[in-house]
Amino acid sequence: MNRKIALVICFLFGLVMFLQYFSQHQVARSVNQAVLEYWQIIFAFTLLVGVASVIKSNVAQMRRGQDRSYRLVTLIGLVSMPLLALVWGIKADTPFMWVFENVQAPMQSTVFALLAFFVASASFRGFRARSVPAAILLLSALVILLSRSAVGSSLFPQLTGVADWIRNYPSMSARRAILIGIGLGSLTTSLRVVLGIERTWLGGRK
Amino acid sequence: MQWCFLVVAVAEQTPWFDLDKLTTLISALISISIVLYTTYHRSSREKFKVREIAGLKAVDEAIGRATEMARPVLYTPGWGGDIQRPTTIASMNFLSHVAEKTAVYDCTLVYPTHDPVLMAVAQEVVRESYTRAGYPDRFRRDNISYVTSSQFGYAAAVDGIISRLKPASIFLLGTFEAESLILAETGNSVGAIQIAGTDSTIQLAFFIVACDYTLIGEELFAASGYLSGDRSILASVRAQDILKLLIAILFVVAVIWSTIAALSGNTSDGWWRF
Repeated sequence: MNRKIALVICFLFGLVMFLQYFSQHQVARSVNQAVLEYWQIIFAFTLLVGVASVIKSNVAQMRRGQDRSYRLVTLIGLVSMPLLALVWGIKADTPFMWVFENVQAPMQSTVFALLAFFVASASFRGFRARSVPAAILLLSALVILLSRSAVGSSLFPQLTGVADWIRNYPSMSARRAILIGIGLGSLTTSLRVVLGIERTWLGGRK
Repeated sequence: MQWCFLVVAVAEQTPWFDLDKLTTLISALISISIVLYTTYHRSSREKFKVREIAGLKAVDEAIGRATEMARPVLYTPGWGGDIQRPTTIASMNFLSHVAEKTAVYDCTLVYPTHDPVLMAVAQEVVRESYTRAGYPDRFRRDNISYVTSSQFGYAAAVDGIISRLKPASIFLLGTFEAESLILAETGNSVGAIQIAGTDSTIQLAFFIVACDYTLIGEELFAASGYLSGDRSILASVRAQDILKLLIAILFVVAVIWSTIAALSGNTSDGWWRF
């Protein structure tokens, strides 16, 4: 019964959201706005579920002695940040902002910076001319890299035109073909969900 | 009060149907009709061949490898998606199949996510899969966990899990953004067999170089039908092919039409520009 109610709600909301897309009427826009606002409210509540899950999972694994130090840091961070915000606020020059700017932001930047090394290592593995398609990939990458670097573009100015051609024609056409496939896949998946054919999101197939 | 009257007046002048979206509506209705026809019409649902997809064939091999090595399987849906995205739904379908296999082989399945809604849905999907496989007692709710909503916090958390648990197989299926290569390269460094798929064309390039198998474009959406063999889901894959054919025909006609128009000097006629 619960599953049927969820399917009916899904179908009705799917239908309403589909219909409102084709209207600029005030009522349609209000419906869209209301649904988006409700989504935000629901998300805020689910965040509490997420935080509860983090605490429960970390405490349980600490008791089992798994990665105790990492889990302790996670729990301290989880408790201290809201505490700092509640006691001193979140304006500039508050302890919360100090921790955010001097601890959280640099840590995030550090993880993002790893990307540069990973791009290099992945490129080194990927750009090996083992076959004809791999050789074409390597050559195209070299042309694009050279044309986008100061040295390459000054030494071989004609490469810019070749690089633009690669980006605008072979690369773009392949990308658009993938995008069309993704668009059609999204359409059929959405329809399957709205019509209740696809029920995995409810926990089961049928 | 005057403001309210103004809003009502404006609302009354706005038509219910936006004529600028007429072409979109017609295209949507044609697409929906084709999907409904292939799904519900009996002869259209008769057996037809689905081409082999290497990434999907490798699922059993990946889970079998993890079982033999006594290491866990890690599955993550990426940071970019929420439950509203069709890609996430497709990923959940895939997860259902993977969970069923891990239940049968008694292999640990770890699912870290950035979204508490996804966590709740994934817990239900995995629990149901374990029950369907006949091993509900092997389901561990703690293994499907929310880590953080921050993008690089999530990347760092999943990287940490990969480094410590050293999973034998990693599934990266969903909507990924800048974290895609960070996760894929870390997975590669621990020697995991990696199966990836995303709807982001930019991240696809990273997955292709860093992962063993990559589901490109619609392959991720076809996975559910391919793995489960469900006729109604496979029928919608057929609908995708019919729609692709229609789009290809439209492209060819538009190219020929625009070429003839350009050669004859008539550039004003552009019916395909909708």
